[in-house]
Amino acid sequence: MTTGFETMTPESDAPAGWRSETGTRLARIFGLGALAAAVALAAAPFIVSRGVVQDLFFILTMLTLAQSWNLLAGYAGLISVGQQLFVGSGAYALFGLVILLGLDPILAIPLAGLFAMLVAVPTAFFAFRLYGPYFAIGTWVIAEVGRLLLAQWKTLGGGTGTSLPRDATRDMFGISALVDWFGMRPPAAADALAFWLALALATLTITFIYKLLRSKQGLGLAAVRDNETAARALGVDARRLKTLVYLLTAFVTGIVGALIYLQKARISPDAAFSLTDWTAYVIFIVVIGGIGTIEGPILGVLVFFVLQNAFSSYGSWYLLALGALAIITMLFAPRGLWGLISDRTGWELFPVRRILRGGTIRHDDKGGPNG
Amino acid sequence: MNWLDTLLQGILLGGLYALFAAGLSLVFGIMRLVNLAHGDLIVLAAFLILLIVSSLGLDPFVAALIAAPLMFGIGWLMQYHLLNRTLGKDVLPPLLVTFGLSIVIQNGLLEAFTADSRRISAGTLETASMQVGGVNAGLMPLMTFASAVIVILALNQLIYRTALGRAFRATSDDVVTASLMGIRPNSIFAIATGLAMMVVTIAALYLGMRANFDPTAGPARLIYAFEAVIIGGLGSLWGTLAGGVILGVAQTVGAAINPEWQILAGHIAFLLVLLFRPRGLFPRAVD
Repeated sequence: MTTGFETMTPESDAPAGWRSETGTRLARIFGLGALAAAVALAAAPFIVSRGVVQDLFFILTMLTLAQSWNLLAGYAGLISVGQQLFVGSGAYALFGLVILLGLDPILAIPLAGLFAMLVAVPTAFFAFRLYGPYFAIGTWVIAEVGRLLLAQWKTLGGGTGTSLPRDATRDMFGISALVDWFGMRPPAAADALAFWLALALATLTITFIYKLLRSKQGLGLAAVRDNETAARALGVDARRLKTLVYLLTAFVTGIVGALIYLQKARISPDAAFSLTDWTAYVIFIVVIGGIGTIEGPILGVLVFFVLQNAFSSYGSWYLLALGALAIITMLFAPRGLWGLISDRTGWELFPVRRILRGGTIRHDDKGGPNG
Repeated sequence: MNWLDTLLQGILLGGLYALFAAGLSLVFGIMRLVNLAHGDLIVLAAFLILLIVSSLGLDPFVAALIAAPLMFGIGWLMQYHLLNRTLGKDVLPPLLVTFGLSIVIQNGLLEAFTADSRRISAGTLETASMQVGGVNAGLMPLMTFASAVIVILALNQLIYRTALGRAFRATSDDVVTASLMGIRPNSIFAIATGLAMMVVTIAALYLGMRANFDPTAGPARLIYAFEAVIIGGLGSLWGTLAGGVILGVAQTVGAAINPEWQILAGHIAFLLVLLFRPRGLFPRAVD
């Protein structure tokens, strides 16, 4: 019986010689280069000064936040303006676990991520009832609820916040080994440890997103983004995919929040739930770099870091210019800097498009290629 | 009668929130655009009125009369030259552009007026009060509420009784067909945003006279406006007024129990409505 779905056969049943590929040679070379760069970067704490390590830590954490937001907005179509909820939840979970339960901070970091994911469950329940633009403001309102609730929690300092006890970071797992083996001073060792965690997290996040987008689920996600109705008609469970992506990004964002505040060692609700720091900057990074690509946020975070170092002393003029730059990018180059580069050169460093290769074109059967 | 008093204050506060929300509701209704800079535009209008009051020594109400056409112009230009370029099937560009705009306006105001909080002085009106059913109510909150009712009445008249309103509704229903009938959607959108900015000016007048404001006050106003729209249900201006009232009552009741809970109580009321009536209490629009 003909069901009309014969054309949708899996790749293995495709006509002889044809295969669908996502890789390109440039991408394979770049992948090896990136791996080598990550390994080289891991040696940074032994070579460069503590200030540079802290800068690199900042870049890596912003990169991870940007990649998560990009997966949400650029691929799943969930434009959240409330990611500060998960940064704050993760950070507060870390402080709670360390201060109230005396847990080792390194152990508390993944638990903080889980806590942020737990917070994302009711958040998704409420926010997913809102469509498109209203979803954005809805997530923002829920982040505000989080900030106001934590300001009421007096054990963790209420509205004024609190600090991590000094011993907690000094006795952290791995610090004594670094001190003994490499003769680092404890504060430098703590910075190095935070940097390695951030490096591992950024690498894992990018690898994971890349694998996800090349998988069947990733194809479903792209289909939902391009045309939700059509995707659902072909059996893609849009709601389930979106929920999964939302929970996953909450987990990653929560871990980043815990890491950032482990390094800062001082927390307050206004800082941990800051819209500017954890969502506005992240949105600007992704938009300027190129939304809906993996390369975009990487490029964006580098541009952002340069701008931040050069102009942040100008205060509000700097933020004003950054906002204006994002508007101009959105209007005249909606695919961002990476879009401009990729249009000129055809480069794809993280190719996720499926390309049909090999085989010969037959001219006999109707409906086939060129038929 | 403490509770009656709290209830009345809440209802009157709701008038202010309805004024915040009416412009947002109008723009969304006509072009499905959610302006994330709405709150910052309210604060911008408040600074504009303050500037006119302090430089020309005018009464705030007269100053608002001068500010309203200026804000219409700002809204028209913003819509025609900036936001119209972003409209389309994709919800991402308008959201990100208005988000950028919000940051630009906030920081522009910070540079121009510093972070100090300001207030528009309204003289004796600030403390005047009158008896309403055995409870004392401030004259200013009463005027705010009355203004909200008048604005919504006027907008409804405009939308349902005039040629411009017909063009609004036609464009909202079907842009392509409307443009076949000789309507220019881009100008209609620009006029609608201009009108919304005039409503914003009225909201800003009362915001500035009732409480202190500073350049970073915008996002909170946007959130209140948004909550009023969602509680009331999309597409109905009277629903928006009801939404504002519910939000206002929730906030004053919360504040009466514990002053720190004022804002939180409003958010919780909003989440409860979202839980039990996801489409709002008085929905009209299909989307």
